[in-house]
Amino acid sequence: MPQNETIEELGLDEYKYGFVTEDKPVFKAVPGLSEEIVRQISGHKDEPEWMLEFRLKALEVYESKPMPTWGGDLSTLEATLDEIYFYLKPQEQMERSWDDVPQEIKDTFEKLGIPEAERKALAGVGAQYESEMVYHSLKEQWDEQGVIFESIEDGLKKHPELFRKHFSTIVPTQDNKFAALNSAVWSGGSFVYVPKGVKVDIPLQAYFRVNAEKMGQFERTLIIIDEGAEAHYIEGCTAPVYTTESFHSGVIEIIVNKGARFRYTTIQNWSNNMYNLVTQRAMVHEDAKMEWLDGNLGSKLTMKYPSCYLVGERAHGEILSIAYAGNGQHQDTGGKVVHAAPHTTSQITSKSISRGEGRASYRGLCKVYDGAKGAKSNVECDALLLNETSRTDTYPYIEIDENTASIGHEATVSKVGDEQLFYLMSRGLDEAEAMAMIVRGFIEPVAKELPLEYAIELNRLIELEMEGSVG
Amino acid sequence: MTEALLEIRDLHARVEDEEIEILRGVDLRVEEGQVHALMGPNGSGKSTLAKVIAGHPGYEVTAGEVLFRGEDVLELEPDERSRAGIFLAFQYPAEIPGVSIANFMRTAANARLSDGEEMDIFAFQRRLMEKMALLKMDETFATRYVNDGFSGGEKKRNEVLQMAVLEPALAVMDETDSGLDIDALRIVSNGINTLTGADDKLGVLLITHYKRILNYIQPDHVHVMMDGRIVESGGADLADKLEAQGYDWLQEAGAAV
Repeated sequence: MPQNETIEELGLDEYKYGFVTEDKPVFKAVPGLSEEIVRQISGHKDEPEWMLEFRLKALEVYESKPMPTWGGDLSTLEATLDEIYFYLKPQEQMERSWDDVPQEIKDTFEKLGIPEAERKALAGVGAQYESEMVYHSLKEQWDEQGVIFESIEDGLKKHPELFRKHFSTIVPTQDNKFAALNSAVWSGGSFVYVPKGVKVDIPLQAYFRVNAEKMGQFERTLIIIDEGAEAHYIEGCTAPVYTTESFHSGVIEIIVNKGARFRYTTIQNWSNNMYNLVTQRAMVHEDAKMEWLDGNLGSKLTMKYPSCYLVGERAHGEILSIAYAGNGQHQDTGGKVVHAAPHTTSQITSKSISRGEGRASYRGLCKVYDGAKGAKSNVECDALLLNETSRTDTYPYIEIDENTASIGHEATVSKVGDEQLFYLMSRGLDEAEAMAMIVRGFIEPVAKELPLEYAIELNRLIELEMEGSVG
Repeated sequence: MTEALLEIRDLHARVEDEEIEILRGVDLRVEEGQVHALMGPNGSGKSTLAKVIAGHPGYEVTAGEVLFRGEDVLELEPDERSRAGIFLAFQYPAEIPGVSIANFMRTAANARLSDGEEMDIFAFQRRLMEKMALLKMDETFATRYVNDGFSGGEKKRNEVLQMAVLEPALAVMDETDSGLDIDALRIVSNGINTLTGADDKLGVLLITHYKRILNYIQPDHVHVMMDGRIVESGGADLADKLEAQGYDWLQEAGAAV
């Protein structure tokens, strides 16, 4: 097959982004977590006193909460927490211009295709290298429109009132153990504000990369879409291969005000030793619309359930997700919708693929409060198993306190059938290509919602993941 | 003797991991440009023969040969046989949700090129549209997902379209007429006739349970299969005889052998 051969020629049969650039951080904290570390982080960022207090309080909450036992297996992570670096800072300064970015970091971006993305005028590229934003550009037009797209640190510095008013209001510190951890040690991430009635046509994009062994990445993103505004934020992640455990635990808070529309797209491709525990939640007000589009590849364990809290009448929430669980991976993903106002509607579509010893779990919550009259929710989860040893399970939780609500739930599990494979092969496709085609078709309903370059990237990543899955 | 397009010699096969042979010594020779009809009652082994020719992994050949242009294809994978020029029109085509017919066919067409080569996307599109026009099909058909939610007639037309696009040397058509109403049967038959008309070297092995498709497609030879063997061969008139007398007389003849 021409396609496979190309992949081999490029040497991409190993983890594609598994290269490592020489690691020269300006500041490197000691491994493990302590009050001392938290103070250092806050001091380094030159934060106001309230944020330091917030962090210290969060550390207490984190330490008081037990590890969750309801999801994936966190025992290895728990045992190695003392070895994790909770904060690294590669450069003292935020870079505005590409010329100022050090060559070594540029090399990394080069491999990730960042400059190309820039050339394509993807606009507003905020790239995260280790724990800080080092390169961040904004289109002038956005400045004119009053759109704020900053690193989270700059958001705090430059827009202290707006920041403080909303920060941690959607995901409170007490929400869960990892939200508390993030609250204590957060570093990096985006701060976005779109003013009333402003429509941002070009997606806001951030590119993340974790590049130091045993480093925890605790990015924090706060997005506020004001009344009647519209925007699309895209985050893509890729991490290099390391042999020891790695840890990512982000918190994403989103506010979609009255009549606004917002879409948050993530494609995450972590290396296979990564623990990826993310809390992402949106508060959706009257007549507003929120969409999560979530793709999870790689990692050892991902636990991630994008949520929509529909708090205003006729608010609409949508969660569309794809998970790919390769050998030794557990994707514990899904979505959460909370209907707290009348005539709110939601749709969860979840697609998972498991292969080898991989396991994909769908975990979802649909909650309808008393008084949310006429609320409608529909959940659809489809699992595709590529072979006999792969595994999938479904944990749908439905809590309805309103008897006029209408809730639908549909789940399917399919296996790549011998008849499907034979059919495609009988037209000249070899087994690997036939398998890839079935998988591409399976994720098509989600992939077609992505911007083209991301859809292509997603397909390519899945093809790479599937290398060696047959034969 | 000249090299046949397809030559099957004393072919024995069974379902993998099962004892009982379904094919028990099939001999058949199809020359270029010929249309052969293979008839026979249910369970006689017709569909098994079709799948064994195409290389279905669920069947095991225990003896005999399948020669395509003089070369034994039994060791080849199904995709290799396809690329060599063998096409199977399925009785029950699989559904591939999310994959458009156009995308599927382009991938299959590219699989026929040598490594690294890829067909120009517009050139392919033109070829696909030409074939669809030839078969009087609506352009939007190619944008639909492969067999996903298709009616029986649409599935069979899709098989004929694929055959048109892939331009095989040999088409094995497994009960392409089954499950079709009279209009669909006419459309599909016309499609097959168009293809045999356009390529006078195309060999066809038309497997059918009923004579009615042979009212539209004129076979050069008719064979009758029973209990895993071809028990009778003749011209087009053999189909008429089967229509009038059924298979019983052959069963008696077979018992006598």
